[in-house]
Amino acid sequence: MSKGREPVFQMTKREAIEPWKAWLIRLIAVALSLIVCAGVIIALTGLNPVEVYKGIFDGAVGTKRRAWMTIRDTLVLLCIAVGITPAFKMRFWNIGAEGQILIGGVTSAAMMIYLGNTLPPVILFPLMLAGSALAAMVWAIIPAFFKAYWNTNETLFTLMMNYVAMQVVTFGIIFWENPKGSNSVGTINSATKGGWLPKLFGLEYGWNLVIVLALTVAMFIYLRYSKQGYEIAVVGESGNTARYAGINVKKVILRTMAISGAVCGIAGFIIVSGASHTISTSTAGGRGFTAIIVSWMSKFNTFAMILVSFFLVFMQKGAGQIASQFNLNENAADVITGIILFFILGCEFFIDYKVRIRSAKQAGSEE
Amino acid sequence: MGFLVIFIQKVIGQGIGILYGALGEILTEKSGNLNLGIPGMMYMGGIAGLIGAFLYENNTAQPNGLVGVIISFLCAFLCAALGGLIYSILTITLRANQNVTGLALTTFGVGFGNFFGGSLSKLAGGVGQISVAVTGAAFKTPVPGLSKLGVIGQAFFSYGFLTYLAIILAILLSFFLNKTRKGLNLRAVGESPSTADAAGIHVTAYRYLATCIGGGLSGLGGLYFVMEYSGGTWTNNGFGDRGWLAIALVIFALWKPVNAIWGSLLFGGLYILYLYIPGLSRSTQEIFKALPYVVTIVVLIITSLRKEREHQPPASLGRAYFREER
Repeated sequence: MSKGREPVFQMTKREAIEPWKAWLIRLIAVALSLIVCAGVIIALTGLNPVEVYKGIFDGAVGTKRRAWMTIRDTLVLLCIAVGITPAFKMRFWNIGAEGQILIGGVTSAAMMIYLGNTLPPVILFPLMLAGSALAAMVWAIIPAFFKAYWNTNETLFTLMMNYVAMQVVTFGIIFWENPKGSNSVGTINSATKGGWLPKLFGLEYGWNLVIVLALTVAMFIYLRYSKQGYEIAVVGESGNTARYAGINVKKVILRTMAISGAVCGIAGFIIVSGASHTISTSTAGGRGFTAIIVSWMSKFNTFAMILVSFFLVFMQKGAGQIASQFNLNENAADVITGIILFFILGCEFFIDYKVRIRSAKQAGSEE
Repeated sequence: MGFLVIFIQKVIGQGIGILYGALGEILTEKSGNLNLGIPGMMYMGGIAGLIGAFLYENNTAQPNGLVGVIISFLCAFLCAALGGLIYSILTITLRANQNVTGLALTTFGVGFGNFFGGSLSKLAGGVGQISVAVTGAAFKTPVPGLSKLGVIGQAFFSYGFLTYLAIILAILLSFFLNKTRKGLNLRAVGESPSTADAAGIHVTAYRYLATCIGGGLSGLGGLYFVMEYSGGTWTNNGFGDRGWLAIALVIFALWKPVNAIWGSLLFGGLYILYLYIPGLSRSTQEIFKALPYVVTIVVLIITSLRKEREHQPPASLGRAYFREER
């Protein structure tokens, strides 16, 4: 019989790792990804690396307006990430955030169009928020129901729901088309600003800030300190354990997806009413997917998500700026994001596992 | 009669691109990897094929169609396989989460395609519209002789070689999975990697190869779209959501390559059905475009209700395999 080849790398699972070490590894991964990104940008534009990073910084926070755009988009990404986190913690792969945002957004847009100029703001905004949350909640409960009762694969189900939502939105766009034949809704109520979230404390995105941060804190507390949050964690670890402990798994799945969908719906409301003031098929713009990565990389810690989403949006905005300076197209930002994500995803391995290179001598002495 | 021929041609035009993506994903999923990066890899394949053909045509005085076809075919396959390799390294060797990695790959790949598609003329020194007329025409060359056979020829033999290749590949893949030792091993890896490992099957090698080759295959779907469907031009996001439709088709076909052939035609038909239903307003047309996804959801629900063993996804789909953690 032939003897199996000794592996060169020996991997052992770490029992625990000091937090500073874990963060050092992540920092190294980010630094490496930035070096690779700079390499790509230099190859395409011929800029020198210092200019590249100056350009990124300038594009993301160089002027007051750009800084606010970065903050605005960070808040939206954060809100979505906070929304999908309870589902993920339960190991329910809700990759339907994209669709839930769209359904929330289209509900907000409908209310802006039909009620925006008639209802007083005190009633209108709570109604829009609740309506968007409710619509997206229903959208999210459909796959959860089938998962809970017949164990239908939720990854694929929620994924398909995204495109059904996309078509619902397209239907709405053509239905409300303005002007006719433009294939877009245009800015809703651009004259009256009916249904536009007003300024708060003199800040244009003040309400966005307050709502999203409140959700972030509330979700942190809910997941960490409430009984329901504990049930989510148990179901996520093992459905059988949960059943044995007397947890009603079906109920937890339905309830958690309802919460998850509702928060994603609120994200749709914030995008439509608090930022873009229109609805289009790119209202979610892939952020439902990016948020999954944000939530995963933050290990379900909602405060870590603030940092991660800021970093990603920062890089996207910066890369977008460089691309437009050089007349390249804005999709450069996606390429950059992709590269950074690859590195960060890969680095988690070195946090969970210790890798040792086996020397020939060592391999021999162990036999 | 002419009406029917045009309908068949449109259905096939929509279906074949999706079929390639689905074949690649079936091969990948049979190894237990749920690669949601398919849409990204299809974009990567499409743009790489276009760039390859473009560089060749731009640097040759008298470009030859056949050479252009070979170059763009290889570029598309290799570039998309590279996407599969990135996915494999991250999920198999570095044990990253499959869903998250796949989505990151889609972000990257779609960005990659749109970026180079949109910036190619600028990067090449401002040559204006990118078009690879010679290679595009070569891809569209119909079956000689048979395509002249009147209506039959029009409906079945008027397509470029990629169309027939897709169907041949589907049959070959079905044969490979069901009738060969290696195919059996691959299915074992996807069903129960620990059992396969105990039986002496190299789980890691099978997963790497299946994912990379699967990636390459799906890249050909992008190539088909760019070369045959669009005649050698690039439109940003022109490929749309067909990559997700390919993943839907895998479910619809119940992980069987031959089912994917007629499934792709059905999806292609559903995709353009709105054109043929009289009295639809522009807005209700949009609702009809959701049909392929709704049908997939229904299939997904029915398979989970019936729980027949031969119609289920590979048992270890989406789960990483660590030998140490058995």
